[in-house]
Amino acid sequence: MPEKPRLNREDVAHVADLARLALTDDELDAFTGQLADVLDHAADLEALDLDGVPPMANPLPLVNVLRLDEPEPGTRADIRAEVLDAAPSVEDGRFRVPPVLGEAP
Amino acid sequence: MSDQALIPGWEVVIGLEVHAELATVTKMFSSALNRFGGEPNTNIDPVSLGLPGSLPVLNEKAVELAIRVGLALDCVIQPSVFSRKNYFYPDMPKDFQISQYDLPINGIGSLELPDGRRIGIERAHLEEDTGKSTHVGGGGRIHEAGHSLIDYNRSGVPLIEIVSAPDMRGAEDARAYVSELRSILVAIGASDGKMEEGSMRVDCNVSVRRQGTTELGTRCEVKNINSLRSMGRAIEYEARRQVDLLESGERVQQQTRHWNEDDGRTHKLRSKEEAYDYRYFPEPDLVPVEPSEEWIAEIRAALPMLPRERRRRLADAAGVEPSDTALTVQRGMDDLAVDAIAAGADAERVLVHVENNLADGAGELTAAPFAALVAMETGGDLTATQAKTVLADLVASGGDPAAHAAAHGFEAMDTSELEALVDRIIAQHPDDWDGFVGGDDKERRKKAGFFVGQVMKATRGQADGRIVNELLAQRADGQGA
Repeated sequence: MPEKPRLNREDVAHVADLARLALTDDELDAFTGQLADVLDHAADLEALDLDGVPPMANPLPLVNVLRLDEPEPGTRADIRAEVLDAAPSVEDGRFRVPPVLGEAP
Repeated sequence: MSDQALIPGWEVVIGLEVHAELATVTKMFSSALNRFGGEPNTNIDPVSLGLPGSLPVLNEKAVELAIRVGLALDCVIQPSVFSRKNYFYPDMPKDFQISQYDLPINGIGSLELPDGRRIGIERAHLEEDTGKSTHVGGGGRIHEAGHSLIDYNRSGVPLIEIVSAPDMRGAEDARAYVSELRSILVAIGASDGKMEEGSMRVDCNVSVRRQGTTELGTRCEVKNINSLRSMGRAIEYEARRQVDLLESGERVQQQTRHWNEDDGRTHKLRSKEEAYDYRYFPEPDLVPVEPSEEWIAEIRAALPMLPRERRRRLADAAGVEPSDTALTVQRGMDDLAVDAIAAGADAERVLVHVENNLADGAGELTAAPFAALVAMETGGDLTATQAKTVLADLVASGGDPAAHAAAHGFEAMDTSELEALVDRIIAQHPDDWDGFVGGDDKERRKKAGFFVGQVMKATRGQADGRIVNELLAQRADGQGA
């Protein structure tokens, strides 16, 4: 098996940033080693000859699981009060959150 | 397109990503209602709130509408897979968006503009909409917002994202494309296409390159475009900004930029994420969608006539080019025009009336009285001005054009009566007549105007200017002019 470049510390810091995780220097060191081991383990799959095997998106032998475009019978008005009650902060029937910089991608 | 070469020496290259909300009753993956407006957080359920343990089940109608879009854009309809697009944002509580990534339901296709050019379509895939954030405080501007409020009514509404090839070369092209795409979506019942309500949203990928080169420049994606007008302004601003950078020796950086309607500029939102930053992977809670040939054929058979087919049909009926019928089709009056022409009306007059005199809608006007009106006009019973008046009556209240004409006192002048009048007026103004017969073009036009004016005066506007001109020409010819 060809030698793959090991995962480095910057890669882990980047992934942690994407996951909104604040890692200490010690944690970064520890996870860099652990994640690299996980990738090495997954790389074992490359030993298999998969020519002609189509990629599989889902292990279930099913396609086209669909529902009709029909609203749920009965009212679910109670859901609104229930979830708003459970929220830390609410304003005008909406969830109040810290200011968001920028816009969703 | 020379009219779009707004910056000499440079070519603007535009690709568009259009998101349209699909006109289903319920959401993409749950039975909460897909409905615009309403009290915040009323059309919600565990799936659209992303609550742990809730599971998505795909809405059949959303798939059908997506296939309709694919067929209307001549796309390849193919087996598709949903993926998770991972990012954190409070309007998407489960922290990933379910979208189609490497295997979209609709592959390569194209859209035909009214002028006959084709814009490539790279894909048209299904994804779910997010909730809606409202920024409060700090003057409402994103970067100064005090806090944000989230309404999840829109969360999970089915979207189709239609991605064009970078085939447009200016704001005009982009407007023509979006306008045609909206007409198609509305015609096939896939979406209501309302940009002002956000049910159709356009992101513009803009880059520039030196005229004559073929390599694509670094692009910026411009978001927050709320109308066709702001799209045009945003493209022109952004192209200018990029050219200024390049001409001063700097580079364009790949960015997502936010259009600000108030100051007429685009602002940097963030450096563009790479696709791998979204860590796409197949959505384990959904199985692949593989529409059968039979289902696709059924959907195709039920498709209504598309705008391009309507343009062609009217063009054939009227004996003109399809591009000449674009406005009539856009106004939804092509059925009326085709029927009026079939009932014997002069095609050119029909199109002129639709384009010039029916801008505010056809109201009560139907094909048979329309055809009768045009026949009266071309037969000389009504002047063009009178026909316009009667047409307005037909739009307002329907009825019989002859009755409306009579009510206005519009009486056709007997041609022999008109001939006698023209001869009398010529006899009264021999010098002017000599000018008409013997003068140069300019003089002849001037004198024609004089004689038509005299006839109109004598008939209190009842004469048909076109016929008077013909009579004048005949008499001049008779004198060997």
